[in-house]
Amino acid sequence: MSALLEVEKLEVGFGRTAAVRGSSFTVERGETHCLVGESGCGKSVTALAIMNLLARNGVRRATRLAFQGEDLQRLDETGMSRLRGNAMAMIFQEPMTSLNPAYTVGSQMTEVLRRHKGANQRVATDRAADLLARVGITAPGMRLGQFPHQLSGGLRQRVMIAMALMCDPQLLIADEPTTALDVTVQAQILRLLATLQRELGLGLLLITHDLGIVARVATRVSVMYAGEVVESAPTAELFASPRHPYTQGLLRCVPVPGKTRRDEPLGSIPGTVPRVGPGFEGCAFRDRCEFADETCKHTIPRHLAAPTHDFLCRLPA
Amino acid sequence: MTPAIEVRNVRRTFKAGRRSVVAVDGVSFSVPIGGVLGIVGESGCGKSTLARLILGLLPADSGDIIVEGKRLGDMDRKARARLIQPVFQDPFASLNPLVRIRDIVGMPLVAQGTFSRAEITRKVEEMLARVGLTKEMSDRLPAELSGGQRQRVAIARALVLRPRIVVCDEPTSALDVSVQAQILNLLAELRRDLNLTYLFISHNLAVVEHVASEVAVMYLGRLVEREPTETLFAKPEHPYTRALLASVLTPEPGLGVPDVGLGDSLPDPANIPPGCRFHPRCPIAEPRCAIETPPLKRRPAGSVECRLA
Repeated sequence: MSALLEVEKLEVGFGRTAAVRGSSFTVERGETHCLVGESGCGKSVTALAIMNLLARNGVRRATRLAFQGEDLQRLDETGMSRLRGNAMAMIFQEPMTSLNPAYTVGSQMTEVLRRHKGANQRVATDRAADLLARVGITAPGMRLGQFPHQLSGGLRQRVMIAMALMCDPQLLIADEPTTALDVTVQAQILRLLATLQRELGLGLLLITHDLGIVARVATRVSVMYAGEVVESAPTAELFASPRHPYTQGLLRCVPVPGKTRRDEPLGSIPGTVPRVGPGFEGCAFRDRCEFADETCKHTIPRHLAAPTHDFLCRLPA
Repeated sequence: MTPAIEVRNVRRTFKAGRRSVVAVDGVSFSVPIGGVLGIVGESGCGKSTLARLILGLLPADSGDIIVEGKRLGDMDRKARARLIQPVFQDPFASLNPLVRIRDIVGMPLVAQGTFSRAEITRKVEEMLARVGLTKEMSDRLPAELSGGQRQRVAIARALVLRPRIVVCDEPTSALDVSVQAQILNLLAELRRDLNLTYLFISHNLAVVEHVASEVAVMYLGRLVEREPTETLFAKPEHPYTRALLASVLTPEPGLGVPDVGLGDSLPDPANIPPGCRFHPRCPIAEPRCAIETPPLKRRPAGSVECRLA
């Protein structure tokens, strides 16, 4: 059986900016795949490209882009909107801006089921109340009648999650779902996502910049840099033996209580992420890399460090 | 030894319609010269209001803030600016987009009205070099710099008057991890070289653990626990501190996401519970906690405000 989501050599461009440059990965049923990287690395654009929600000037191309074996590039807008919010759903970072402030929680949630499944209002309301309870919201009946501004950030994100689950999706894409939240609420929301993912057998594509979140929830990790997946591995292996110099650098930047010494400087990566245009050749990390030499200006090979662990670097495996 | 800063029973309320919201409710602490006090807590706990009180951007309703032996309330703006300076979270919002970098950094000197143009130019150049910015950058506008470079500009502006105390309010929260590490290292280096004292406000406990010598935990306007950093992380006493520490997701695979055990009810500063204000969320609360104000218990190098600690 093919993977739930297959992305092969995905490219996304906006005018003279190449936002995603040939990234490939898959999401299996029942796994959490984390896309991790810094701002501008193309991780959010990748998610939007999968959902076909790119801004109008965005151009998407891929050798393969398939959901449950179905070629997404051959679907028109009607075909995509049949899938979106239905079999593949998405949660965004800012629950305040992704909920409609003018409608109650209940009307936004039930609309999804009425649209996609033709359910009547009573069935849809029952399902919405069930899901609100499922995501840990007390008094769901009351919450259905409330507007987004009457809820706290954590509650809004729970509503977003419940709404994404209305049509029993197979794939859930979550783009920085806890970045706007307090650490205590973040832990609660991530715990909830992990539980739902396990119990419903969802494929979860989780986008984050936070290596702590990656370590705690991911089955598999893909590290993105300047539009490319530079390293991909099962979570434990990536943290135990990172191979790409960027991954190694990133891991050294994060303070770990009890592990990093306070009187010593943190590891850091000099410089900043470059802007990459179409036709860029070689390794985009070379200007910040301590191992870079002349060969890094040319095409970079992808090495296998293990059967399920690959990285993009001139350095041998 | 005189502490760099001493905060005595400071209180500040805001009016919200007919209700009043107590943002900072009787907070006291002191920080020794060269120390770094990390202030942590959830949004709405009053940590940013506390920062603004200390910076003199807001008057306190009551209480005293004493800097190097002098009351903050007795100083004028210029004198205050020479002692305390801020570095804010968002370097995109805190720099005027129409002003060149050299003028942004020179502004505090110009505002003092006592420096010659030549002095200002020299001090600005010195400070830009010190924070790792090149000379060419001084003629640029904020939009031409990266987030990390902008935060360096904000740091240069804060230090150009050579203040004694810097209030850093979430200074790296808007930055990428690789850049965050650069800025944290720079702040540590500057503190050592210039003998600065920091108040370091952050929601990121891993960062606070790395930079702070002491940590204060705030909950709904109260400082509920304060300890040297090692003690607080090794032996947190307040149940809220324990929950906060449990929610830190360190990059260690296989540990999963912990249950912080705080329940759903979020704190509302406009509606502070009676007794211990943490009791509705506290996993170990007893009936008495809902009625009695928790006692402040002194510890060898800190304090904790909990009946059960």
